[in-house]
Amino acid sequence: MKLLKSLLNQRTRSRTVTFALVIAAYIGVTVFKASGNMTRMVSSLLVPVCCYIVAAIGLNLNVGFSGELNLGQAGFMSVGGFTAAIVNGLTLSMIPNDIIRLILCIIAGAIMAGFVGWLISIPVLKLEGDYLAIVTLAFGQIIMSLLNNLYVGVDKAGVHFAFMTNTLSLQEGGKMIVSGPMGVTGNTMISSFTAGFVLILVSLFIVFNLMYSKEGRAIQACRDNKIAAETVGIRVSSTKTLAFVLSSALGGAAGALYMMNYSSVAATKFDFNTSILILVYVVLGGLGNMTGTVIATTVLVMLPEMLRFLSSYRMLVYAIVLIVMMIITNNEKVLSATESFRRKMKKKGA
Amino acid sequence: MAFLSYLIGGLGLGSVYAIIALGYSMVYGIAKMLNFAHGDVIMVGAFMAYFAISKYHLPVLVGVVLAVVVCTILGVVIERLAYKPLRHASSLSVLITAIGVSYFLQNSAMLLWGTDTKIFPTVLSGSLTVGSLSVPYLTLITILTCIVIMIVLTLFINRTKTGRAMRACSEDKGAAALMGINVNRIISITFAIGSGLAAIASILLVATYPSVYPTLGSMPGIKAFTAAVFGGIGSIPGAFLGGLVLGVVENLSRAYISTQLSDAIVFMVLIVVLLIKPTGLLGKKVNVKV
Repeated sequence: MKLLKSLLNQRTRSRTVTFALVIAAYIGVTVFKASGNMTRMVSSLLVPVCCYIVAAIGLNLNVGFSGELNLGQAGFMSVGGFTAAIVNGLTLSMIPNDIIRLILCIIAGAIMAGFVGWLISIPVLKLEGDYLAIVTLAFGQIIMSLLNNLYVGVDKAGVHFAFMTNTLSLQEGGKMIVSGPMGVTGNTMISSFTAGFVLILVSLFIVFNLMYSKEGRAIQACRDNKIAAETVGIRVSSTKTLAFVLSSALGGAAGALYMMNYSSVAATKFDFNTSILILVYVVLGGLGNMTGTVIATTVLVMLPEMLRFLSSYRMLVYAIVLIVMMIITNNEKVLSATESFRRKMKKKGA
Repeated sequence: MAFLSYLIGGLGLGSVYAIIALGYSMVYGIAKMLNFAHGDVIMVGAFMAYFAISKYHLPVLVGVVLAVVVCTILGVVIERLAYKPLRHASSLSVLITAIGVSYFLQNSAMLLWGTDTKIFPTVLSGSLTVGSLSVPYLTLITILTCIVIMIVLTLFINRTKTGRAMRACSEDKGAAALMGINVNRIISITFAIGSGLAAIASILLVATYPSVYPTLGSMPGIKAFTAAVFGGIGSIPGAFLGGLVLGVVENLSRAYISTQLSDAIVFMVLIVVLLIKPTGLLGKKVNVKV
């Protein structure tokens, strides 16, 4: 009874709704998949959707919750993805169990991306507004160029790294894991839709726990008014760092899961456009609104595939949908209409 | 001598960035928005010039004029249809709309003109030789164009009535409107000038790197945006300086350090500069009052 009450508590209701939605969607998709009616295209999108949802949840923590415009989330995804690929290549013979290896890869990806996020946050959080945004963009580009020139191979003697040119001379039976501009090659695919679903639940759990905690309120306070937050004794820089690092770690976990879904992925997959795409999901889902993020990401990742019947016009329609959606949701008449509707519903409910 | 020629090459590239960055910076100064579709206006300009010069064999000057006219109109139309309804919306909504416009322009170009890369004809060859130093005429013209644009624009902003109105709008839109300035008209003019400049930059760009394709504008767009922030966004001399520095850094690191890592080095320099001067080279420091 107490649990039920806490589930339907006014304050935490959105958490319950989000979890219920994700679980229902998972059951629905699994049943649909088992019935054999799912096209290959849709089923091939299931894991990427999960990845983008996790990355978007992380970014929403940063953009919506902490109020810092981050244009480099794809960079953290690539750090997580490449780390996971290396870990996967190393432990392939040691740990035969795919699930344990996948968990290990995702954790390694998240930790590495979180660490890089922490390093980057030191200069980034000294800046504000658009200057902060451009520095995150710059870091995204730097990470991409560096990974594009990275060579990693593994053989009996251990792991070998090279930079710029492939100078690795692997022993017999050795294998390249990362080969420069070609990116990760020969990766063993171990992702699954269930793993994606669990990762979404875990990241939602982390984010919601943070949101309703003391630290979460401190993050919001720093977003709304830095100076006021400082005067009540909140340590602004460490609070903002917490949000930034957690956001990049979630991005890294998403990237790790993404990487484990393909046998080869180039670093250029995680470019500026990918960062922007995730930002679009976050903004359309609603800043600070995790339920919205999950729905918007799912719809927007699926939309170009759903529009496939329009063939070459699909991306054009996608662009128009994006613009029109933004104009409508910001129209004053529409805003006041939804507001009065909401008030009416509340009156009825009370 | 080799260093000097790399330096001049860098200044040429930097001039193109500077002209694009001017458009970014002006729009930012007045509409307070990051116009991510600016790079794609460059692409449209390049296609216009390509069709005029290569396909219909019109004189180069006609191609330039056509590109400028089309881009100017395009800029104003984009502003009216997509950005004007969002005048009072949050800056993130406007940013997403700009991204939508960017997708729209890229995909329209793919549908209309195909995804293949077209080769822009050589419009100007030969180079000026002084001693052992040889500088292509094209680079000289690029640098000269940039300087002329810079001077004309500075005079326009500081000396004319419209320029004064622009400065007023960038300072305080509400107060400007009370002074009898038609704010919407000023914003349209800003977009027109920015897009016209983008067209000029596009021709200088494809004359140097002669391939024309639908996503041509993305990378120069990002670089110019970086240049605008580098110099202090909203500041016109800042955009000019930022563009030149960025071009020189890029060209020198390409020549002396590594071609593959030149982008990484450019962005690294940007980060270091922003750490020392958090509002860019010539940006205004805004004091926040409690």
